[in-house]
Amino acid sequence: MSLLRTFDTGMRGLLGHRLRSILTTLGILFGVAAVICTVGIGTASADSVNSRIAALGTNLLTISPGSTTSFGVRGGSGSANTLTMEDVAGLEDKQDAPDVAAVAPVVAGSATLVSTTTNWSTTVQGTTPGWLTANARSLSGGAFFTQNQVDKHAQVVVLGATTAQELGVTVGSQVSISGAPFDVVGILTTSGSTGFTNNDDLAVVPITTAQDQVTGGSPDSVQRILLSASSSATIGSAYLEADQLLLQTHHITNSASADFNITSASTLASTAASVTTTLTILLASVAAISLLVGGIGVMNIMLVSVTERTQEIGLRKALGATPRDLLRQFLIEAATLSFVGGLLGVGAGLLAGILVPRLANIAVTITPTPVIIAVAVAAGVGLIFGVYPAARAARLAPIAALRAE
Amino acid sequence: MAAEIIRLLDVSKVYGSGDATVRAVDDVSLAVKEGDFLAVMGPSGSGKSTLMHILGCLDVPTSGEYRFAGEDVSRMNERELASIRNRRIGFVFQQFHLLSSMSAWRNVELPLLYRTARDRRQMALNALAQVGLTDRVHYRPNQLSGGQQQRVAIARALVTDPTMILADEPTGNLDSKASREVLDILTGLNKSGHTIVLITHDPNVAAVAERVVEMADGRLRDRVAA
Repeated sequence: MSLLRTFDTGMRGLLGHRLRSILTTLGILFGVAAVICTVGIGTASADSVNSRIAALGTNLLTISPGSTTSFGVRGGSGSANTLTMEDVAGLEDKQDAPDVAAVAPVVAGSATLVSTTTNWSTTVQGTTPGWLTANARSLSGGAFFTQNQVDKHAQVVVLGATTAQELGVTVGSQVSISGAPFDVVGILTTSGSTGFTNNDDLAVVPITTAQDQVTGGSPDSVQRILLSASSSATIGSAYLEADQLLLQTHHITNSASADFNITSASTLASTAASVTTTLTILLASVAAISLLVGGIGVMNIMLVSVTERTQEIGLRKALGATPRDLLRQFLIEAATLSFVGGLLGVGAGLLAGILVPRLANIAVTITPTPVIIAVAVAAGVGLIFGVYPAARAARLAPIAALRAE
Repeated sequence: MAAEIIRLLDVSKVYGSGDATVRAVDDVSLAVKEGDFLAVMGPSGSGKSTLMHILGCLDVPTSGEYRFAGEDVSRMNERELASIRNRRIGFVFQQFHLLSSMSAWRNVELPLLYRTARDRRQMALNALAQVGLTDRVHYRPNQLSGGQQQRVAIARALVTDPTMILADEPTGNLDSKASREVLDILTGLNKSGHTIVLITHDPNVAAVAERVVEMADGRLRDRVAA
């Protein structure tokens, strides 16, 4: 039997059993579409978590006060301000800490900002010009304050995008913070939120001014020190340099009793990465189960139709079909169903990838690998269960096949 | 003298082994000439179905020799048997065995798919005309009466112009009027030169044949037509 005629016979077989063909195609279609969609959602959420972590600045190290031991009593973490401007000066030294690109001491407090039209409560951070680099932030307008302005206790403020919007102010406007007038010199570019912290709602002032007007306290002590490594590759050595330097200046010989903690955004990043990996595995298992269910559906339809097909096989054999003719016919039938089902499944999956973000505000990122795997598995199931029972029946004696009940 | 189509020589078919051995066909010898109309009669369990399978090349004998149109088919492999069935034998079954998803002419076309044939549609239509179903070529089997379905099956047997038509209880599922029609068609085909072997348990059906052989307990004996 020629290949073309076998193809024709196979197609006629499919059209002659419309319901069976449609059900099989649907089984493959849903399996494939489900995999593409769920893995797409998993990939998109992993991407989104990663980009939020990148927004934190993965080069960022934060030094915060640790527990101290005074008169033999060890206090809780952060129980004292152990960090000083002297530490900041030491970290800025390029000789001692060559891998530290920027240093910014931070004192923070809450205050109400008042513009001509409204007022707004937010976080006020006092810092130095290094803050911008250390946080990997940029300005959408104006300029950050200078070291000169820090030294002069200048009454200047840089506002987050949200804060500026809420207050209805722009660069050049005036706001009052805790009753004192400040010039708005710059507005920060939007950076989004990280967890519960809105990075766009804050006011940044020179550290000296903050100590005078907002936070109070000794002009020498700082609450936190932000460091940025020169690149993500040098973050490890920047960490060690900072650690050594602070142990030395604080006269601590045993690093276990250090009165400060250094945390990095990359430790957060690795935690988050493992969380998203878990999430992706979860979604992939859901997808695998839908593929399995689709596969079992296909298998069922194929196996149920075997009795009917066995009689057909017996008849065709009696009329002169060889086992090879029959195998080819069923291979073409199963391959067509699998191919069409797989193709429609990819189409449905891609369509869902467009519709789901619009309807449900969930991002979907479609990558080729799950598409290929889903189609391969679904088509494989369709092929195996389409061909195997038929191939077995094709080996029966024609008369036994004809009499199958 | 007409050529010999079937030559069975001491053919046996044995199922099972040891105490459970069943000799379904026991040392049967038989000759059928071209143009013959032979009926094989016998009650169920007599072995006539097994004999029919061997005659139709659907099964091979355990021992003995079977020559079909000069070819030794008792030693053929499956592929060669398929070819013999396709080229030489037209089957008519008790259950019709039409494919329900196909129209009458597609069913008749089926055996032509397994050989080289041009104008398959025209050949199928000609065969359907021979059994008087020209106006039913596009009907599905379930839209036809039992007698019409069996006539489609006869057309399917005819379409390849086989050396022999083998009919296994062709009237078994039909009422008497439809049975008459089917037997008339078979008789007409025999008159126009086709060799026909008819398997039945019904003496009235066997009566249309020129020659009747009787099968009992796997053995065969000639019976003079009444």
